[in-house]
Amino acid sequence: MKKPSLRAVVVALIPFCAMCFSVSAWDRVYPMVLGLPFNFFWLLSWIVLTSVCMWVVYRIESPRTGKADSRSGERQS
Amino acid sequence: MSPGAIALTVIFIIVVSGSAIGFYAGTRHKMSLEQWTVGSRGFGPLLMWLLMAGETYTTFSFLGASGWAYSRGGPALYILAYLPLSYVISFFILPPIWEMGRQHGLQTQSDFFLAQYGNKYLAAFVSVVGVVFIIPYLQLQLTGLGIIVEVASFDAIGRTQAMIIAVALLAGFVFVSGIRAVAWVSVPKDILMVLAAVTIGIAVPRMYFGGIGSMFAALARADPAHLVMPGATTTLNHGWYISTVLLTAMGLNMWPQAFGASFTAKDAETLRRNAVVMPLYSLSLAFIFFTGFAAYLVIPGLSNGDLSLLAIVRKAFPAWMLGVIGGAGALTAMVPAAVLILTASTLFSKNLYRPIFAPAMTDDQVAGLARIMVVVLSLVSLLLAIFSSTTLVSLLLLGYAGVTQFFPGVVLALFWKRVTMLGVFAGLITGVACATFLILSNRDPFAGVNAGFLALCINFAVAIGLSVVRPAPTGR
Repeated sequence: MKKPSLRAVVVALIPFCAMCFSVSAWDRVYPMVLGLPFNFFWLLSWIVLTSVCMWVVYRIESPRTGKADSRSGERQS
Repeated sequence: MSPGAIALTVIFIIVVSGSAIGFYAGTRHKMSLEQWTVGSRGFGPLLMWLLMAGETYTTFSFLGASGWAYSRGGPALYILAYLPLSYVISFFILPPIWEMGRQHGLQTQSDFFLAQYGNKYLAAFVSVVGVVFIIPYLQLQLTGLGIIVEVASFDAIGRTQAMIIAVALLAGFVFVSGIRAVAWVSVPKDILMVLAAVTIGIAVPRMYFGGIGSMFAALARADPAHLVMPGATTTLNHGWYISTVLLTAMGLNMWPQAFGASFTAKDAETLRRNAVVMPLYSLSLAFIFFTGFAAYLVIPGLSNGDLSLLAIVRKAFPAWMLGVIGGAGALTAMVPAAVLILTASTLFSKNLYRPIFAPAMTDDQVAGLARIMVVVLSLVSLLLAIFSSTTLVSLLLLGYAGVTQFFPGVVLALFWKRVTMLGVFAGLITGVACATFLILSNRDPFAGVNAGFLALCINFAVAIGLSVVRPAPTGR
């Protein structure tokens, strides 16, 4: 199995830092944004940003893995 | 018609239609073992998306998330974090898993371990752990189903009766159709679920507070501590949050049925694209949270938080609406429960029974045994759901603490050449033992950290440690 590129892993870690490890920084009610408590708003925003990050990861990885996968099954048998 | 009768009729229509779709889907294909478990690997992106989405939205996210927003407050936010993060992980691990599945004709998680490590006892142990930790999850679905039907019917149908009927329907369409049935029923079920959640999440705050913003403002005035961690608890603080998010993000892909579902993808590209898009689906959980928080203000004092969403719907809406919500909830419980039964019965027959007790069994005989196990497992879970009374959440977290112990074995196999079978086996045993001990002896969280996560760390340490110390494996 090809290992993922370092760039991809670094970008993939961004949502982990934002939504998980940094919790003490954003776990608060104020300031309320769009009527939502700050921690709630933060997580909802990061749900969307996670998809953005993963799209970037997809773009980084797809030239490396794209074509290889659909052929590897046939190659082995 | 009484409100209960109206709600019931609507639920009945929804559940029967859903089941009919399931039966119909099954009759169109003659079922071999491979077809029965993984739909012959022909699922395109749309159907795959529906299947994965169906598995994400369970009784836990419908009743449990609102229940935790109601009863625990801030700590419930872990649910919003772990789903997207589990997809980040899936991007990297599911494609190689799929490839292995293709190359070796794998159908279950235990097959994967056998192909990677070549030891039938490890593979059998993986099946045992898989089956054992699926049972509480199955019990959770059935309990939730019982609650839904009981409350939505204004107590006209007893919880026990509801569960019995549901289990019979469930076993029926699993028996006939396998995984394709589940996929097709997911279609109406997911549409209904999203509509239900969005409607309630907007309408309830609007009715009682004038809007979502006003509702949160009122909650922030009345009880601001409820909105942050540790919320209404004393033990679920940031350490617990971080460890639980990590545990469940890793664990989501380790459920035996998640493996089975991944093998049904058309190609690895589909899995990668899903990983990019699926996090967005978690946004709809926000509406479930709105409902739970609103219920906390409107109907405080419920002894069982898991009832909060249904209780507020019953209070705020006409009976037919309650029926629609109940129907959506019933399908939401039945679809994942079907997948769970399917997975566990196949794991038992193919990966535990045949390799260890009856190596001469043919594939058709294994499929036959799996069908018997569908009935057995349904009965076991039903009995547990009826006679044991633990909360939905503690059941699920016990399940996670167990299945996440597969993570080291899977990930190290994919990315580290030096991993040895012995290391993984020892790590798995240690992890499961630690997790079970800590949770059953009420030591979760332990030192402010999720017990399953601690067990996972020990698991990794043992697996890596033993693998480094032993000679490198040859020709894996």
